[in-house]
Amino acid sequence: MTAKSKKEYDVIIIGGGPAGLSAGIYTSRARLNSLLIERGVVGGQIADAEMVENYAGFAEGVSGVELGQLMQQQAAKYGLNITIAEVTGLELKKEKRVVKTTKGDFTTKAVIIASGSERGKLGIPGEKELTGKGVSYCATCDAPFFKKKPVAVVGGGDVAITEALHLAKFSSKVLLIHRRDQLRATRILEERARAEPKIEFLWDTVVEKIEGEDVVKQLILRQVKTGKKSTLDVAGVFIATGFKPNTDYLKGFFPLDKTGFIKTNDRMETEIPGIFAAGDIRLNSARQAITAAGDGATAAVNADKFISQ
Amino acid sequence: MSKPIEVDDASFEQKVLQSKIPVLVDFWAPWCRPCLMAAPVLEELAKEYADKITFTKLDVDQNAKIAAKYNIMAIPNLIIFKEGKPVSQIVGYKPKEELKKDLDAVLK
Repeated sequence: MTAKSKKEYDVIIIGGGPAGLSAGIYTSRARLNSLLIERGVVGGQIADAEMVENYAGFAEGVSGVELGQLMQQQAAKYGLNITIAEVTGLELKKEKRVVKTTKGDFTTKAVIIASGSERGKLGIPGEKELTGKGVSYCATCDAPFFKKKPVAVVGGGDVAITEALHLAKFSSKVLLIHRRDQLRATRILEERARAEPKIEFLWDTVVEKIEGEDVVKQLILRQVKTGKKSTLDVAGVFIATGFKPNTDYLKGFFPLDKTGFIKTNDRMETEIPGIFAAGDIRLNSARQAITAAGDGATAAVNADKFISQ
Repeated sequence: MSKPIEVDDASFEQKVLQSKIPVLVDFWAPWCRPCLMAAPVLEELAKEYADKITFTKLDVDQNAKIAAKYNIMAIPNLIIFKEGKPVSQIVGYKPKEELKKDLDAVLK
């Protein structure tokens, strides 16, 4: 459903991942006239996950795409309006707040910011130049291009381990490069990775440079404790080191933490009354689909209270 | 042409390289979730750019020859061909407004 000609809403939700969709389910059931604005496609980062195994209620797991679609169907059932547009500006301090987008301006009483985060980049030489030529940020998309070839994964969290396990189904060898001497990942994922003979760990190691002409050929590594440099021949490198909040569009319109994340209290209220934040975009978010959905619900309940005050 | 047409190793030369107008090739695969999510966006763009750019899609899983020729190692991967030559490449999922900028640049 797209936004109708009517441009006034009770609540505008920015972002169509689990946080935004969950907020939309709650605001729509509260009979608030709600608009969700998504810049790409609804579903959010969870859509990159081949299988989501930790969302309560799905005992056998659920694919990330399916989870996103189910949330969207559920929200649509209660009348959530969804429009695909980019937010270009905000006026938040007046009573009637304005959200400016590529599809026109909308006014609203409350805003829930749920635009999430995206994969961080390493920012090292060769990374940008070789993106799509061996440098990848999505193992579920690109693993089959590295059949029987050695690859590296950079990172030590859940995403890095999940990607390494997926790559092990295709590649000859998976080298997991982590700057520390232990993983941040959930223990069950670590156990699976350690039991997978194709996965090898390179601890206390960082990638300094990615080399190759048309395609990735090798990585220049540095052992952080000894400073010793080495090279590693790989056909691909999957980067899973961190996340960057999608808050660039808010600069100048909304006060951000110096890391780019948004601070909220436990009611998901930001420092501006009537403006809420939910999901990965919050400082210290647990960055899970289920916590994002919980944040969205909390934000929606409190937005409803704010509006009816 | 309002919907992206499927091309394969055999028809690529004729449908893409010999086309009189620019051709966008969406290199995709059924296992690639962002590709599946990008498909409806490309369908919309195919309508908006009808007669200016031909939209096509090539399943890299079934058409390894062409995928290898253009060094496809990451998808979604969109290459725009003009007079038989690749002139623009977009790797990874991009929102519609950003894609439009790239398409408009090719038409300039």
